[in-house]
Amino acid sequence: MTTDLPMPRVGAGQAAAPKPMRLVLNWGRRYSLWVFNFGLACCAIEFIAASMARHDFIRLGVIPFAPGPRQADLMVVSGTVTDKMAPAVRRLYDQMPEPKYVISFGACSNSGGPYWDSYCVTKGVDQLIPVDVYVPGCPPRPEALLQGILVLQQQIAQEKLQTKSLRGRLGPYAGRRASAAEVSRPLVAPPEQTT
Amino acid sequence: MPERELTVGVGAGGLATADMVLNIGPQHPATHGVLRLRITLDGERIKAAEPIVGYMHRGAEKLFEVRDYRQILVLANRHDWLSAFSSEIGAALIVERMLGMDVPERATWVRTLLAELNRVLNHLMFLGSYPLELGAITPIFYAFREREELQAVMEEVAGGRMHYMFGRIGGLRDDLPMGWTGRVREAIDAVRRRLPDLENMLVGNEILQARTRGVGILDPKTIAAYGVSGPIARASGVDVDLRRDQPYLAYDELFAPGGPGRVVTREAGDCLARLEVLLEQVHVSLELAQACLERIESLGPGPVNVKLPKVLKVPEGADYLATENPLGFNGYYLVSRGDKTPWRLKLRSASFNNVQVLSTLLPGTLLADMVAILGSMFFVVGDVDK
Repeated sequence: MTTDLPMPRVGAGQAAAPKPMRLVLNWGRRYSLWVFNFGLACCAIEFIAASMARHDFIRLGVIPFAPGPRQADLMVVSGTVTDKMAPAVRRLYDQMPEPKYVISFGACSNSGGPYWDSYCVTKGVDQLIPVDVYVPGCPPRPEALLQGILVLQQQIAQEKLQTKSLRGRLGPYAGRRASAAEVSRPLVAPPEQTT
Repeated sequence: MPERELTVGVGAGGLATADMVLNIGPQHPATHGVLRLRITLDGERIKAAEPIVGYMHRGAEKLFEVRDYRQILVLANRHDWLSAFSSEIGAALIVERMLGMDVPERATWVRTLLAELNRVLNHLMFLGSYPLELGAITPIFYAFREREELQAVMEEVAGGRMHYMFGRIGGLRDDLPMGWTGRVREAIDAVRRRLPDLENMLVGNEILQARTRGVGILDPKTIAAYGVSGPIARASGVDVDLRRDQPYLAYDELFAPGGPGRVVTREAGDCLARLEVLLEQVHVSLELAQACLERIESLGPGPVNVKLPKVLKVPEGADYLATENPLGFNGYYLVSRGDKTPWRLKLRSASFNNVQVLSTLLPGTLLADMVAILGSMFFVVGDVDK
């Protein structure tokens, strides 16, 4: 099956939206971040701790009940990305609708962390997908994730969301059409440079 | 479990079914991590199951060889992220044994205390996540409340919430903070007081019992064949606990007759029995921790580490030491050629064996029970893949 599945867009009206309108749109978007937890290792436990009663990130509008990547706005990569796991990370990122954001949570997904010289660990998830906010720590405290979410929300508030600016921010990642065949492919090819 | 099948149909009899291969994972909420299972189904009965591991392989064993003996504790901490302190103590113990180093008594008792608190933290995580996989959302909130309580005292002493890195070769990093033992006692009392809430929600819950009783029965023969250990083995009546059978740290005293230590076993071998073992081990561990606290207070102040040489070299030789980690045997096989790094440090982790048994345990069961069985194996993917 090779049906083309166009990626959902922010809509044509968005590009022409006046500033007050944009403010409202950004305000709405920053407080309803449906999060897709890419829990890989130790950091996933701290992610769960952040969603529990004591830290409770739902009060910031981060909703951890996304049924899957296709209905998520935010992906939190928490843990070590290995070379074996890398294609799956990329594939699930491709399945998320735009606009989408990524928080890299913990030293391993930032840079490889304590496994920086391992033969099978990807040295940072930003080699695969664009990252908006990096949260340092090994593992970071739940409070650090809360801070990371606040930083991301500030970024969203200042965003001028147009297909053109998205392309500028995400470079070759944006505006690409993902096909049904692409999300079931075995290996990921590097993105084409479109500048 | 006797195989029961009920076929209802109009006309030509039963439904014709063909084998279907179902992939669970690697990113699946029920595997709490990145374990992948390839399951062959006939209708909804599992015909074959193959755990595919390696998605979390971080090459820890190879990295041990380029870290000096002080640094390997960092990696030893991380392969099983729910039993961080127990794993790092195992690595420290094997190096100390090969060096012929004596650890101060106070350090040994503090290590035992922290290892038991770590065991409680580990078990609480599974006591929360296992019901979540079965569809009960509430218990995890209770489990995490207790976890936060205990993590606070662990953090006060070590500075970390998960990876403590408080053990050192020859003892501990620092002495205990002032008044810490009192706060640990309060935390233990609080957890013990509130534990019945969690307990009633789990083993007192009719739905949970219905989902787990008689499901996924593991017999002692399979356990011996696969080298399954820890609470899973003990739930099938295999009475093995290295804390009693091969004592390390201060366990020979704690598990002596009349001591607070006892080995929790069950005979049934089903998912419910595994959960019950975990629950009761929390009680035992809290009792052990209390006994350690009393001992530390009566010992009074003293040294908690020994001064190490600037370059730490382990004499040539090989040695193996296994500890009873929360999830089972955690063994380190250290081969030294007299360098400041190990020549080889083989890691025997509990979850690796405990997950392999799924390939014989799952066939014959129903797909709907798969998540219940998988969750009851209490594994950590980092411990599987190292």
